[in-house]
Amino acid sequence: MSNNTPILEVKDLKQHFPIEQGAIIKRQVGAIRAVDGISFTVNAGETLGIVGESGCGKSTTARAIAQLYKPTSGEVLYEGQDLVKLSNKEMLSIRKNIQMIFQDPYASLDSRMTVRKIIAEPLEIYNSHGLMKLTTEDIEHKVEELMERVGLSRFYKNRYPHEFSGGQRQRIGIARALALNPKIILADEPVSALDVSIQSQILNLLVDLQKELGLTYIFIAHDLAVIEYISTRVAVMYLGKIVEISESKALYKQPLHPYTQALLSAAPIPDPVIEKKRQRIILTGDVPSPDQERFGCYFYDRCPKRMDHCRTHIPPMESFDDNHQVACWLHIDKSKWPE
Amino acid sequence: MENNKDKVLEVKGLQTYFKTDSGVVKAVDGVSFDLYRGETLGIVGESGCGKSVTNLSIMKLIPSPPGKIVGGEVIFKGENIIALPEERLRSIRGNSISMIFQDPMTSLNPFLKISTQMVETIVLHQDMSKSEAKKKAIEMLTLVGIPAPEKRIDSYPHQFSGGMRQRVMIAMALSCNADVLIADEPTTALDVTIQAQILELIDELSKKLNTAVIMITHDLGVVAGMCDKVCVMYAGRIVEKALTEDLFGKPFHPYTSGLIQSVPRLDHATQEKLFSIEGQPPNLIDLPDCCPFHPRCHKAMDICRSKYPKLTEVEPGREVACWLYMDKGEDK
Repeated sequence: MSNNTPILEVKDLKQHFPIEQGAIIKRQVGAIRAVDGISFTVNAGETLGIVGESGCGKSTTARAIAQLYKPTSGEVLYEGQDLVKLSNKEMLSIRKNIQMIFQDPYASLDSRMTVRKIIAEPLEIYNSHGLMKLTTEDIEHKVEELMERVGLSRFYKNRYPHEFSGGQRQRIGIARALALNPKIILADEPVSALDVSIQSQILNLLVDLQKELGLTYIFIAHDLAVIEYISTRVAVMYLGKIVEISESKALYKQPLHPYTQALLSAAPIPDPVIEKKRQRIILTGDVPSPDQERFGCYFYDRCPKRMDHCRTHIPPMESFDDNHQVACWLHIDKSKWPE
Repeated sequence: MENNKDKVLEVKGLQTYFKTDSGVVKAVDGVSFDLYRGETLGIVGESGCGKSVTNLSIMKLIPSPPGKIVGGEVIFKGENIIALPEERLRSIRGNSISMIFQDPMTSLNPFLKISTQMVETIVLHQDMSKSEAKKKAIEMLTLVGIPAPEKRIDSYPHQFSGGMRQRVMIAMALSCNADVLIADEPTTALDVTIQAQILELIDELSKKLNTAVIMITHDLGVVAGMCDKVCVMYAGRIVEKALTEDLFGKPFHPYTSGLIQSVPRLDHATQEKLFSIEGQPPNLIDLPDCCPFHPRCHKAMDICRSKYPKLTEVEPGREVACWLYMDKGEDK
């Protein structure tokens, strides 16, 4: 089970992508605010689920944590060390602790490499930088062990990715992520491209691996039921902001933010009896473009419970109770509202 | 209640095969179902089970070669669509039977304004002038909830969001008063809040216009919320057919119950371990003539490995293709 030492701490992380104009002399005319100031901690051994719709910044968050992008501002503290400030070389020695699993098992494996090469690549990179001293047999042995661990026969190691099904490929991706014995795994929609019968196999595998290896997961998905199943705590994102973060059970039992409530009521439940009785909150409109600076609540345009105050004031993250925080004016006492 | 007059579409023993270098893929192998006016029929199954090919076959849109409809009939208004000449088919497609697809970006032409695309469809199928057709198009866009349709109709597809594009597709599909609307994964590319909007729209419009809907999806939640009846497909065949409530209340086929159990659910307490169906769906090339699900079935018996169980009515209105529910004496 999780204890309460944070292994990862994200502080006011911002990731803006510049919009440039001009053919030769480029000048910045704006920015896509993909992640716009988020903070959270992840405790060792737990699973933090990040849920939200397309474009809410959940994948960008994962990539910014892994330093695949250089964050615009903010801190990413891994065991107290700020990754944003590290040089590439320093980052290399830490990267083994933070590995990723990607959504598309077809695009995330090099089709010209054999499974053996794919899984061995992280080990070989570490070898070549002198960060590990493994012999060829060590690597061979490790690859076989990893394959069996994720439920693939080691006799398949000389095959190419196209010879595997989607679920098996995702297993290869998991084996590659495990190769360096990471502490944190960032899983970006790892089951959304899979069929339901395969999805449950992969989810079970991830849960087993976590128990055995004491892994910490940051698990990104748009499917609320999947997030509920796998997560200890859940963060709900909208337009680059976290609107609610809570211990998983409490969030699903008592969602506080109007957006979380709408998301939960929109998710279909595979039971016709319940479906016919349900009252849905159907949001109007679409998610606005993240290219503008906002001065009020980010959810204002679509919120069924919006007030005048929300248009002009960004709600701060407030604790509802120990393990449940929400950014919504409805849950902040009026006496504390700023003028 | 349901008499033959209300039957709008009848699919009988449909078989669609694809020739490939490594052999013949039996993508759809003997699928039959009836569709009645005003009802919503769900076809559910995993990738490669033949649900999309079934519906492309209904419209005779299978690319040939490599595909070929090798057997079966699709009866629409007393005519077998499969046997009709291309000319006649064109007057049915998009008119009496229309379709919406998963990806609204690739099914609209990016170079043409929405007005051009909608007017084209209406003029082609209905006796209307261009200006009348445009009026009709605006009316349809209003119906599907596009704000300021008089202005928006002159936009290009890229100026709409995913959900809005899907609304335009629905407006187009229903602009000729279709009898049958085939919706092939209409919300798979959309976010949940937008999905809820689109599903409600399809439900509302099909009731208002009395259109029969075939809803193809892999999402059991969508089936539960939208469909009156369901066909579950596996490896090119229907393995179970039932009213939605019966199917979810008490699934008969081990595959159906496996599918239902392997989905994590919001309304249930989190289980320690998810149920999962072991193994992979079979390769559709050279499928032996036995139950294709038997290698993954935890209730498999000897007979399952040697003989295919025919889809049989086991209770009124419920059909299942599984040896567990068959009287072995008479069927052997």
